[in-house]
Amino acid sequence: MKRLTVLAALAAAACVLGARPAAAALTVVTTTSDLAAIVTEVGGDKVTVTSLAKGYQDPHFVEAKPSFVLLLNKAQLLVVVGKELEIGWLPPLVTQSRNPRIQPGAEGYLDASQGARILDLPSGAVTRAMGDVHPEGNPHYWLDPENGGRIARSIAAKLAQLDAPNAATYKQREEDFERRLTAAVQRWKAQLAPYKGLEVITYHRSWTNFADAFGLNVIGFVEPKPGIPPTPQHTLDVINAMKAEKVKLILVEPYFDLKTPNSIASNTGGKVLVMTPSVGGVPAAGDYFKLFDYDVALLLTAIKETAAK
Amino acid sequence: MPRMCSWRRAAVVAAVVVGFAGPAVSGQQAAPPAPDIAALQATIEQLRQQLDALERKVAALQSAPPTGVQPAASTPAPAAPVAAAEPAPVAPALAAPGGDSGPVPVYGNTSAASKIFNPDMAVIGNFVGSAGRNAVAPLPALSLNEAEVSFQAVVDPYARADFFLAASPDGLEVEEGFLTFPTLPGGLLVKVGKLKAQFGKVNTLHAHTLPWVDEPLPMKNLLGGDEGLNDAGVSVSRLIPNSVMFLEATGEVYNGDNGVFTSQKRSDLTYVGRLRGYRDLTEGTNLDLGTSFAFGHNDTRPDATTRLFGVDATIRYRPLRRAIYKRFLGRTELFWSRRDTATLDDQADAFGAYVSGDYQFARRWFAGGRYDWSDRAEDPTRRDTSGSVLLTYWPSEFSQIRGQFRRTAYAEGVDANEVLFQFLFSIGAHGAHSF
Repeated sequence: MKRLTVLAALAAAACVLGARPAAAALTVVTTTSDLAAIVTEVGGDKVTVTSLAKGYQDPHFVEAKPSFVLLLNKAQLLVVVGKELEIGWLPPLVTQSRNPRIQPGAEGYLDASQGARILDLPSGAVTRAMGDVHPEGNPHYWLDPENGGRIARSIAAKLAQLDAPNAATYKQREEDFERRLTAAVQRWKAQLAPYKGLEVITYHRSWTNFADAFGLNVIGFVEPKPGIPPTPQHTLDVINAMKAEKVKLILVEPYFDLKTPNSIASNTGGKVLVMTPSVGGVPAAGDYFKLFDYDVALLLTAIKETAAK
Repeated sequence: MPRMCSWRRAAVVAAVVVGFAGPAVSGQQAAPPAPDIAALQATIEQLRQQLDALERKVAALQSAPPTGVQPAASTPAPAAPVAAAEPAPVAPALAAPGGDSGPVPVYGNTSAASKIFNPDMAVIGNFVGSAGRNAVAPLPALSLNEAEVSFQAVVDPYARADFFLAASPDGLEVEEGFLTFPTLPGGLLVKVGKLKAQFGKVNTLHAHTLPWVDEPLPMKNLLGGDEGLNDAGVSVSRLIPNSVMFLEATGEVYNGDNGVFTSQKRSDLTYVGRLRGYRDLTEGTNLDLGTSFAFGHNDTRPDATTRLFGVDATIRYRPLRRAIYKRFLGRTELFWSRRDTATLDDQADAFGAYVSGDYQFARRWFAGGRYDWSDRAEDPTRRDTSGSVLLTYWPSEFSQIRGQFRRTAYAEGVDANEVLFQFLFSIGAHGAHSF
């Protein structure tokens, strides 16, 4: 009898100890590193966050690896970019996660695009003759830093809902993040203000929100259509357009081949910029602020270099 | 008391004035005081100006290039709700279904609001042609080998459903049609319906996801050919927690009548078990290992059974920074069929295997090779052997063109050299495939 009591006490202690870490930090999984960075800003040490995709990876083409199933299985919150960015790989992972909390529509599923300002909403008929179009709008919306604030607000509200005792912390951290972000946005915009309306070429349609936020004018794409690799004729058209408009900058994501952009650059006297569209795309872009610090600095250096030519 | 009197008179006058003034004022609506008219006119003018401004904005938005020249809003106050900060312009016809901005998209049909609950639908055409001589198992010169129609949707908060109908020259059949319960307690994933059994790798794949035009020989000789191990049943799988790798155990029960097994009475069920382990070796390389077992009855005599064993190994390489340009998939599967024969206490052991590699060397190009051999389940003394080389071209994610040169040495002593080619094309919203 006494032994039983001791055992019961031990079991109870084990339960308490075992449950402790789970209560200490909310387990969050995000699809991209940008969302993970914002969750870290808002959640601090109240959350542990993992991103499925790496920052230097094309978020359209992530492999639905079983190791991701293990991460999703333990997640208390899943934050997705939405707008069909992850449609090619996330749905089977969520189904296989055996985790009722993060199924679409459940409490632990957050689509960060709700509340964000979405651009490139197609008007008129949408067909795949237009390439790999996103009928719900451009999913690269986190590249507008003001959307970063909106994403943070959605995340803070969701974290507060899931972890009510720490709601005040999330609110306070979110407000602090937005304060710092607002100041940073003013700084970035001021740095780029002299070049407002600067015309650039981008590889994929990833930079719509970035261009919109910082006053760049994207006049063409290396891809003839979204998701369609460059063709010789289209490349020639881009070269001619760049020459006619005296465009010097080609923005490329780190996961695209540089052969065509480099050949365009050498034909036009332009410069290829491997900008990072996501946190962690390069080691220097370690958080949401450093992402824009890095890209803005790269852009400024290139503007000065090409203008000097 | 003159004072008193004058007070009373004043009161009477006041009462009369009030008494008349009331109706008089209400009857005087046609002549409001002049300042009110001015105020109204000012309001109207103000509204008109606002309307003009809005119209100009709409016109500007409509003529704007898709890159967007909307004025970037000033930094919103941190506490302001998003919707109030700035309502994003939304093309009404394409607002997200269920969103709160703009009507639900309806394409052509005015009463189609319920379309938002329609399942994702897709059709995948698999057009196969062949040339060369094959005296044993000839394919048609040209055929629409299969048109796979898929319907996929969430059923309710507890389940989702997936239907795959395959229309082939033999007719229309339900290739798969099952319900999945992803929210069960205990970490279980349960599927109910007609399913491709979790036996090995190729058996679980739809024809359009194979890296070859045809199926390797062990599938034809030991696993029931095109149909494969595909039956009505229940599948239960669970993750086995451990700190080393992804480990998944699956147990399945099937009706027992399928490409491999025959059910002569109701209790002649087919049982399938599988253990799958997966581990990331590096961020771009991973190893996928599995072992499978199946048990069921065959038709040689009452209570005769067949046991199938399989092991499979897959290695994948796909560098994350160049994921759309380069990848390699190497795979091998080994099968062993142990089958009771017509003579008592005699069992036929047949083996089969394939080794395959598929390498993407450019964004749109894949090269591959395969070596496969298999005994025949009924007569293990007969072994077919085959080798293939393949080249695949992807115009886009939604179509592919493939050529395969195949040399087969059949057990009959006949050799066949053939060229197979395939056009695969997909329309609609086909759900992503599991890894």
